[in-house]
Amino acid sequence: MDFRLSRYRNLTVLLIVIAAQLLLLAYQVKSNKDLHAVRSLSVGAIAPVAQLVEGLRAGTVGFFKDYFVLLNAREENRRLRDEVTKLKLENQFLKNELSTADRARALAVFTQRTPSRTIGARVIANATSANSKVVFVDRGSDEGVRPGMAVVTPDGIAGKVIAAYRNASQVMLITDATFAAGVISEKHRVHGALRGQGHGTLIVDYVPTELKVEVGERFYTSGDDRIFPKGLPVGEVKVVRAGRAYKEIFIAPYGLLGGLEELLIILEGVHQPLPAAETTQVSYHLQTLPPDAAQSKQAGAKVLMTDADRVRAQFRRGGAPVPGERGPAAQTARPETGGNTVQAAEAPEIPGQQ
Amino acid sequence: MNEFSERLIQVPRKGSAFSFGPVALIVVPLVAILYQVYVSKFFEFLAFLDLPLLVTVYFSIMQRSPVAGLFTGGLIGLVQDSLSHQPLGILGIVKTLVGYFAASASLRFDISNPAVRFILGFFFFVFHHFLYWILVQALLGQDAAFAVGRVLLMALLNAVVAIPFFTLLDKLRVRG
Repeated sequence: MDFRLSRYRNLTVLLIVIAAQLLLLAYQVKSNKDLHAVRSLSVGAIAPVAQLVEGLRAGTVGFFKDYFVLLNAREENRRLRDEVTKLKLENQFLKNELSTADRARALAVFTQRTPSRTIGARVIANATSANSKVVFVDRGSDEGVRPGMAVVTPDGIAGKVIAAYRNASQVMLITDATFAAGVISEKHRVHGALRGQGHGTLIVDYVPTELKVEVGERFYTSGDDRIFPKGLPVGEVKVVRAGRAYKEIFIAPYGLLGGLEELLIILEGVHQPLPAAETTQVSYHLQTLPPDAAQSKQAGAKVLMTDADRVRAQFRRGGAPVPGERGPAAQTARPETGGNTVQAAEAPEIPGQQ
Repeated sequence: MNEFSERLIQVPRKGSAFSFGPVALIVVPLVAILYQVYVSKFFEFLAFLDLPLLVTVYFSIMQRSPVAGLFTGGLIGLVQDSLSHQPLGILGIVKTLVGYFAASASLRFDISNPAVRFILGFFFFVFHHFLYWILVQALLGQDAAFAVGRVLLMALLNAVVAIPFFTLLDKLRVRG
């Protein structure tokens, strides 16, 4: 009897605890509110320890690097004179210093170059949930970081801030399966939605099959998502496949190429123009006009006119400049008769124009 | 039933539960969580090791109290939730159930036997990940893949690590 009571008691406690957590979960999902205070407590406890351990690690790694460099130098000392060895050590030390400073310098250069206001941050820990690509950085709301801010590296976009605590923030990386951002292709200006997949490759969704995207083409942020400023590099197309309604576009991201230690959080984003697309200079061959048409054109015979041509003619008669019309140089370059070659980018010839 | 199976499955004697000092009960789970958030950042190959889960299983089976087990698991899970981007409660529920069932199982098995520890470590790893996958899909509506082969391999590795890890944690126990 005692055993039975004990079993029911255990079950009752289990059901109560599970029900309480389900209610907690339901509240968050239903109200779309986060229990920030609870998370702040955990992050507040973990972040300083993580920062301390990270500091210790960086110091220890630096010490051992120097130690091994020194050991190597001692071996060389047996063969070389003291002065040369000393110089080599110095050289080695400076090289190490330079390599460690490289990332910081790249960030600094990017910070100067970009019109957006940014703040540098260091990754201090990973998040706990399975299969997620979320990290903690050592900048928090005290430094002005807010949820929804874009996170980038000098190479490209890296993620977005999803929670900001006093001394740390949570950043969802672009590779996370729930990540999404608006993107646009460089060459054909095709808009799409970038999505993470939980691993290194990203996909661009919602690109209709009839639009053109090429392998090797670069994608940039479009600014549509109100998180990333327009014009930041995203990645390069590796695979394009035709799907049912939409293309399947796989992208190798640029932003995480240089590892994941230092990041930049964009505090105030400024949209940038997209780089000029490399337009293909396709030449078209125009066949000569039929003899009767060429003769009538030379004789100034009346040809079919559109409403636009009539308005244009009125402008000319009045002596006013025609809106949108090119200068005389452009007109003289236009072929009249004979086989000619024109650039595809030029305006088409208007029938009846003299 | 031979002697070996009798040794594995035995009705526990009264007073065979172990208790732990408050420092061990607080510090060990915190270190396990810190390991998960920090060490995996530098050594990605060590990310397979789910120390918070092993700690939950260990404390649950050693205390041999389903109520203590479910609270231990629930608290560790909630702290993990608060450090993730998921809503609070997913890992809490999963680890509550892990703690409860691990403690219940410990009432039937000789938990000091390494083979039992290996089997429990393996089973609860698979159970944990399967339940997590179910809850994420059912409650959050997220599309998540359950890679059976990968989970089984990771469960095996965790079970292997569980044997020396539990032996190490045995040093912290105080007979109740």
